[in-house]
Amino acid sequence: MLAFIIRRLFQSVIVMLAVALVSFSLFRFVGDPIASMVGQETTLAERAALRDALGLNDPFLVQFWSFVARAAQGDFGISYRLQQPVMELILSRLPATLELAMISGIFAFLFGVGFGVYTALKRRGWLSNAIMTVSLIGVSLPTFLIGVLLIWVFAVELQMLPSFGRGDVVPVGDWWRTGLLTQSGRMSLILPAITLGLYQMTLIMRLVRAEMLEVLRTDYIKFARARGLTNRAVNFGHALKNTMVPVITITGLQLGSIIAFSIITETVFQWPGVGALFIRSVQFVDVPVMAAYLMLIALIFVVINLIVDLLYYAVDPRLRVSRSHARH
Amino acid sequence: MTFQMTKGMRAALMAGVAGLALGAASASAETLRWARVGDALTLDPHSQNEGPTHTLNHHIYETLVGRNVDGTLEARLATDWEIDPEDDTVWVFTIREGVTFHEGQELTPEDVAFSLDRARTTPSGMAALHAAVEEVTTDGNTVRVKLSGPAPLYVQNLTNTFIMSKAWAEEHGVEAAPNFAAGEEAHSIRNTNGTGPYMLVSRDPEVRTVLRVFEGHWDEAPEVTEIIYTPISEAATRVAALLSGEVDLVQDVPVQDIARLEQTDGVRVVRGPENRNIFFSYDMTSETLASANVDDNPFAKPEVREALALAIDRDAIQQVVMRGESQPSAAPLPPFVNGWTEEMHEYSQPDYERAGELIREAGYENGFSVDLHCPNDRYLNDEAICQALVGMLGRINVSVNLVSQTRSLHFPLIENWETDFYLLGWGVPTFDSQYVFDFLVHSREGAYGAFNGTRYSNAELDAKIESLATMTDLEARDGVIAEIWEQVMEDRIFLNVHNQMLAYAMRDGINLDVHPENQPRMWSVTFD
Repeated sequence: MLAFIIRRLFQSVIVMLAVALVSFSLFRFVGDPIASMVGQETTLAERAALRDALGLNDPFLVQFWSFVARAAQGDFGISYRLQQPVMELILSRLPATLELAMISGIFAFLFGVGFGVYTALKRRGWLSNAIMTVSLIGVSLPTFLIGVLLIWVFAVELQMLPSFGRGDVVPVGDWWRTGLLTQSGRMSLILPAITLGLYQMTLIMRLVRAEMLEVLRTDYIKFARARGLTNRAVNFGHALKNTMVPVITITGLQLGSIIAFSIITETVFQWPGVGALFIRSVQFVDVPVMAAYLMLIALIFVVINLIVDLLYYAVDPRLRVSRSHARH
Repeated sequence: MTFQMTKGMRAALMAGVAGLALGAASASAETLRWARVGDALTLDPHSQNEGPTHTLNHHIYETLVGRNVDGTLEARLATDWEIDPEDDTVWVFTIREGVTFHEGQELTPEDVAFSLDRARTTPSGMAALHAAVEEVTTDGNTVRVKLSGPAPLYVQNLTNTFIMSKAWAEEHGVEAAPNFAAGEEAHSIRNTNGTGPYMLVSRDPEVRTVLRVFEGHWDEAPEVTEIIYTPISEAATRVAALLSGEVDLVQDVPVQDIARLEQTDGVRVVRGPENRNIFFSYDMTSETLASANVDDNPFAKPEVREALALAIDRDAIQQVVMRGESQPSAAPLPPFVNGWTEEMHEYSQPDYERAGELIREAGYENGFSVDLHCPNDRYLNDEAICQALVGMLGRINVSVNLVSQTRSLHFPLIENWETDFYLLGWGVPTFDSQYVFDFLVHSREGAYGAFNGTRYSNAELDAKIESLATMTDLEARDGVIAEIWEQVMEDRIFLNVHNQMLAYAMRDGINLDVHPENQPRMWSVTFD
């Protein structure tokens, strides 16, 4: 067990280093940070001096190595744009993203399962058809458009919900500020959470529906019905329970991508999370923030995969016997 | 047809709803919720020489002199300024008395001298504007700035140089501007102590900054007593926030929304010229062009440059690309800048036949092709302007390959002389032509010519440009400026498109003028 964990941890470190290397080599194509850091009066000599001081003229491997060496000590440097320590910036933005991801994950899961079960049981109902059609639109429209559409309907025309921002936030603990405890904070969450969760909801719904239809055809369901169990017990006690294993796996894995892909939703709703921070940093060529963000996302995926692997290990006894072939 | 009707009905419904909500909101008239595309980068008064940063800081800190909406100077912390009658290399500023900082310190000439020294010392972003300063001293209630030579326009460089308290800076260890190259975070980045009309209440960078009126301010009390400043980067969201009544004023209005907002009940749009010209320029000096399919440099030939000038249809760009929101002009100079003349402004109508002839006369029977570099996130509709030019030049057999990219990739091309043909926008913060000549016309050497991507080099003109800096006879100086412009226009260094327009959208009942440097002053806001 211990050897397995150590091996997996070692692999995780390699993955992180690979991500750092790839992202670092991409930064060379994002542009020159100096242009956005100094005013137009700055002379060419001063620009060159600043470039030198920031180490932008160093060879690629030297820059990469000094980044990794400092990152290993938790030091990601200082933002070129906001002149604050990068770690502090990201930590101050992370709660917004995590709350949004969590709420939209819950939304996607509850509605996805609910609609999935309903459309599986009432296959020919007009409501089922309506849900299926609307959900198709939900996956085919880009997130950006869905967000803008929701803003027009609910913020501008109906004036029910705020169009941007996170509302009022209150501090919980040292660095976590939550919007969940205030009325305006909760209202502000609704539109972005729907925008971000719509795709996942459709995914879960279709998965649940397909699995349910499959399970409902099996012999043990027929047998349960023959025994005279209530519809409720058959559908939820037996059928749904057995469809949930893959659904939970998918939901867990999707959580990572909700966090990583909240970038567009955060931009549309001016949500002050790490995704919006990343986009602004790309525009500004704020290399320290970009690097730290990509490392963070890589870390989230690596940790989720690690946990999944460890769970498989705990669940599947065969893994304990055979030598592990790296599986993801 | 159906779509049109639906759209119209929707707009009417929307306007009605927006009107209701806006009417209800005007009860709390003293708070102004202000949204724009991006946030100030820092609150440090000297760290960054950047528009949005200055705009916010102007509410907290003050400068010796300010810029009025008509481009003239106004007295802020200096009540009077003049060149010392006995020594034309010294500027003398009389400091306003009875001014206090937000934390209660009295403003002294020492604070002013300290601030000017802080601003001119690297790593301050303002240093370039004060490069000619040799020494700053105090004398009674005046501050004397000694320059390396006569500098008749030095005072024009002070409109964004803020004054801070020396005692406060020493107390918090921010005697110098923050050095981000060294990876430092300074107290002054998120804390302030200015003399301005508003005090900082809270700041959450890129989320929300709240300012409250400073009761001890020396000037008349403003009508706006609280400012809530929110950056909203997405254009559609910014406009939606105004229509839904969540913000009162939007500073960066997308061009395509201006006409619609004007027709919306409860919203008004004010517009005015910005201090920024958009123009094309080209390498007119090198032997050959890297991206051209001919083995000489077409832009080096006057016929070709004239042909380009005849092929650009500025009115079409104004009407189609800018939807009327621009001032077409032949010279890259906003009308309120010293040196501008009606004559320079006049532009000819396109004449494609003659332009085509000129291209053939220049020896390009089959035309030629060249790359055009263009930013796509820096100026209003920058990429669309370039696309329009590609079509226009196509008509005279010049086939242009458009390369449009983000600004951080675009500007280094000009800096490193890696582009043959490019789009650039230029503002004139000193409101004097010399600024344009220094950066765009003078050969590239030392502090001169940093944005001279044309490689244009004219020793005679360089000497004239350098002489401007020290001429104290302003009439004679204006004469030299006119001479330089004449040469610049004759040589067609710039293929100017237009001066950008600014538009602010706000709910009815708010009065605010457009500021030529896009630095609106919320203390000047009045309510109906």
